[in-house]
Amino acid sequence: MSETMRDIEKLTEASYEYGFSTDLDTDVAPPGLTEETVRLISAKKDEPEWLLAWRLQAFAAWQEMDEPDWAKLQIAPIDYQSISYWAAPKQKPVLDSMDDVDPEIREMFDKLGIPLHEQKMLSNVAVDAIVDSVSVTTTFKETLAEAGVIFCSFSEAVQDHPELVREHLGSVVPVRDNFFAALNSAVFSDGSFCYIPKGVRCPMELSTYFRINSMNTGQFERTLIVAEDDSHVSYLEGCTAPQRDENQLHAAVVELVAKDRSEIKYSTVQNWYPGDENGVGGIYNFVTKRGRAHTDAKISWTQVETGSAITWKYPSVILQGDRSIGEFYSVALTSKHQQADTGTKMIHIGADTTSSIISKGISAAKGQNTYRGLVKIMRSAENARNYTQCDSLLLGKECGAHTVPYIEVKNPTAQVEHEASTSTVGEDQLYYCRQRGMNEEDAMAMIVNGFCREVFDELPMEFAVEAQRLLSVSLEGSVG
Amino acid sequence: MLNVANLTASIEDNPILKGIDLNVGAGEVHAIMGPNGSGKSTFAHALAGRDGYEIEGTATIDGADLLEMEPEERAAAGVFMGFQYPVEIPGVNNMYFLRTALNSVRRTRGEDEIGARDFLEIAQKAMDLVEMKKDFLHRSVNAGFSGGEKKRNEILQMAVMEPRLAVLDETDSGLDIDALRVVAAGVNALRGPDRSMIVITHYQRLLDYIKPDFVHVLVDGKIVESGDHTLAVHLEDHGYAGFLNSGLDDASLSGATA
Repeated sequence: MSETMRDIEKLTEASYEYGFSTDLDTDVAPPGLTEETVRLISAKKDEPEWLLAWRLQAFAAWQEMDEPDWAKLQIAPIDYQSISYWAAPKQKPVLDSMDDVDPEIREMFDKLGIPLHEQKMLSNVAVDAIVDSVSVTTTFKETLAEAGVIFCSFSEAVQDHPELVREHLGSVVPVRDNFFAALNSAVFSDGSFCYIPKGVRCPMELSTYFRINSMNTGQFERTLIVAEDDSHVSYLEGCTAPQRDENQLHAAVVELVAKDRSEIKYSTVQNWYPGDENGVGGIYNFVTKRGRAHTDAKISWTQVETGSAITWKYPSVILQGDRSIGEFYSVALTSKHQQADTGTKMIHIGADTTSSIISKGISAAKGQNTYRGLVKIMRSAENARNYTQCDSLLLGKECGAHTVPYIEVKNPTAQVEHEASTSTVGEDQLYYCRQRGMNEEDAMAMIVNGFCREVFDELPMEFAVEAQRLLSVSLEGSVG
Repeated sequence: MLNVANLTASIEDNPILKGIDLNVGAGEVHAIMGPNGSGKSTFAHALAGRDGYEIEGTATIDGADLLEMEPEERAAAGVFMGFQYPVEIPGVNNMYFLRTALNSVRRTRGEDEIGARDFLEIAQKAMDLVEMKKDFLHRSVNAGFSGGEKKRNEILQMAVMEPRLAVLDETDSGLDIDALRVVAAGVNALRGPDRSMIVITHYQRLLDYIKPDFVHVLVDGKIVESGDHTLAVHLEDHGYAGFLNSGLDDASLSGATA
């Protein structure tokens, strides 16, 4: 092994800067999952009868399902009975203003660089902050309300807008969709709800920040975004967790409904704790994300996945309406012993539908990175088009990159393109940058960020900067 | 300024440079010529600090030991290498790359970093020098560049970096006559009393445009002849045959362009 390769290995042994835990007084349910647990969660949240019935239906379905085993992931068996399915920081039950947020929670978010004080916010972003299972605060609610936009925790939406929740919950990801979606449907705790009325362009970016804090708990959040005809919203999501030796389960569901001529742009920077360099600890991240695009609507997923020990995630678009558009931009980085099996599904149903997929996989240390994507052109989808580009970058000799594209075409007018490439950060590239005066860390960060350029260009400005920094930190071990 | 004594370089016990002695004074331009496989490029990389060679002997710049330094430290000490094969870095904006490079060496030297606006002025001057269009700065580093554009980009970088010692490795290879003229004009404009240059070339053609103060002939890892620019003319007429050991020809030697 050359010196440069050894240096690359050293550089990729980064440390995790969000690994602290906060001592919060927390209300935790005993471990285990039975029908009683589901009833307890529903009762804790004071839910209407129909929602409890929906959860129980999901729980019954889940009990008959098996974990999916088709992904290229090696996962130690998960004992679903040893996990606690409810944890909530104890604090005043009703928040009148931001000042009522528990100072310790506020401090935790300050430490994460997410100010919850509206006055302190630099950018035009409304934040819903979720710790463990519960939403602790949502900022800029009033400003949004003036525009008619509803942005609140899922629990609040259930209480205040039950008709909207009931109409759309499970409409894109049905309870039986898959093992983890069924589990989430049974035990989901909180999440964000967002409703953009007809013709409204949401006046600011909406953002949810997820934080797992408690030990031995799972986090199961549920996000639902409904964009009515001719509306527009850009939504961001970020996540971190403390550094712990045991694996923690995160199984989320996100549903997007984009009505006629509306547009939903959904961006994720996922930085759950990835485990240490020996593969101990880290979040198991099993997420189902899907959107339904009606006539002339557009759904765009952008994700930067740098965290988690295991990532199993396929943000998808059902292109139901004619001329609807689906996009998927992804950067997935696996270092240490991380494994990611991620990609997308583009289901073309309407005529003249278009989808594009740009996937950038980066593997370092002993990381394993798989792109898995389905492009399905149904018989009804006249003149559908898809363009897919999958690029893999290998940093080291013990990591792996795999590309598994599935293409199903049932309409002969379809045009489907797939391009794939695998490359390494060449010693030549590093040497060239160093000859120009950059140190090896800066050079590496620059080359890798260049590789991800097309995806970062899709992120909102502040997020793009954050993503670049995150990528550099994940690769370099330079703790900020 | 640059003092090289008994410099040897080998890769996996294959000797490539077999004892180079070379002194380059401030403001001087030295040409190193030689057949393929004689070790010209290896010499350039040995000065720039590429991994993978076992190096012995000494090389100092203004008295500082070059061989002890990492490549980026050599850059900060003022060593610039113009690559024979400039490397492509997709997705990295040319201007961003250049500014990062310039500010990296400035930081190392304890100088202030240069802001975006001031940098643009510096870059603009450099672009005029090599007759580059504006969009050039916004393209990815060398990605999709023609051979001539890549070489012009090297000279542009040199103009921005303002090195103490420029080592230009076969800057003329792959250039048509017009591009050669532009590149040579750029190099000549950058000559100065505080800047030394080592121009490595296989052909005398480049030296019609860049008049060297000294010419050295490198054969089989050793400098076998040194002289003024008339030596280059002699080589043009007679080739390297007179300098080659019997039984060795160009093709049997390797490592020239590594």
